[in-house]
Amino acid sequence: MPIERNPTVTSHMRFAIPLVIFILLVVLLGVGLTLDPREVPSPLIGKPAPAFSLPEVAAADRTLSLEQLKGQVFLLNVWASWCVSCRQEHPVLVDFAKRGIVPIYGLNYKDTRNDALAWLKRFGDPYRASVFDEDGKTGIDWGVYGVPETFLVDKHGVIRYKQTGPVTHEDLENKILPLIRELQGAA
Amino acid sequence: MKRLILCLCGMLAISAAEAMEIRQFDDPAKEERYETLIKDLRCLVCQNQSLAESDAELAKDLRTEVYNIIQSGKSSEEAVRFLTERYGDFVLYRPPFKRITLLLWLGPFLLLAGGAVFLWKQARRRAAAAQQDATLSAEERRRLQQLKDRFQG
Repeated sequence: MPIERNPTVTSHMRFAIPLVIFILLVVLLGVGLTLDPREVPSPLIGKPAPAFSLPEVAAADRTLSLEQLKGQVFLLNVWASWCVSCRQEHPVLVDFAKRGIVPIYGLNYKDTRNDALAWLKRFGDPYRASVFDEDGKTGIDWGVYGVPETFLVDKHGVIRYKQTGPVTHEDLENKILPLIRELQGAA
Repeated sequence: MKRLILCLCGMLAISAAEAMEIRQFDDPAKEERYETLIKDLRCLVCQNQSLAESDAELAKDLRTEVYNIIQSGKSSEEAVRFLTERYGDFVLYRPPFKRITLLLWLGPFLLLAGGAVFLWKQARRRAAAAQQDATLSAEERRRLQQLKDRFQG
């Protein structure tokens, strides 16, 4: 079998192979750079929200359970007075609550009641109610790992969306609000 | 310099020891399972540390959960399920073998096979080329004979 070799083509090929590999690597690493490793997809999306029954922050003798919240679309925001990013997020929630589109409930995560109440007094209270998760067990059930976190729950008590980290105006307008409208329209 | 390194190593050892609280087990086998488990589970706050290494508050809480599950006599799988139901497969340092992890598990073997095929082809091409060089054309043979005649003659 005679091997016909065009020397110019082969030398070009030799030059091209490492280049192609290099470009593929650059593309791969480039895509990797745009991903946020802190964003861990929650396995709870599309699943029934984990049940809880906890005392409210405002009144220790009043308990609020997930059952009481069912039948409406609502946001559950996990917050704490010690959480720095919550402070950044808070005005967005206060504004959003004023628009009255959807109730926001708070899950006060591993906080003290006094600190939590003082915080709400100082920065405003966007929550219809906040429940007091002192030992963080409900937080763990909801897969909380980085406060603030925000969950969108539908009328049937199924988690439809989760955001880890502070919610911005853009997130609300572009992602959360359209989803809320869709879920509110659904049976 | 040696002293400095020794000192730094000492600090590392201390910080590693501090991440762990003392746990009481009623059975040494449970303790062993607990220790193995928390080394294989990832802390979600400081993602390059295992639950065993991490000082994060959440890691401490999750260690407590794992401890309670193991101490109550349940299996290691149940502890793992508790965490993956809430945090996903991400908590596992050894991801399970499923459809979306297919490339992750088989990728290295595919690369190895690809490399082997490439090498084999390369070797064959070289062998073929060498063989071709070894057989002279009629013209070459004539010239060789000429040269031989000239030097011998």
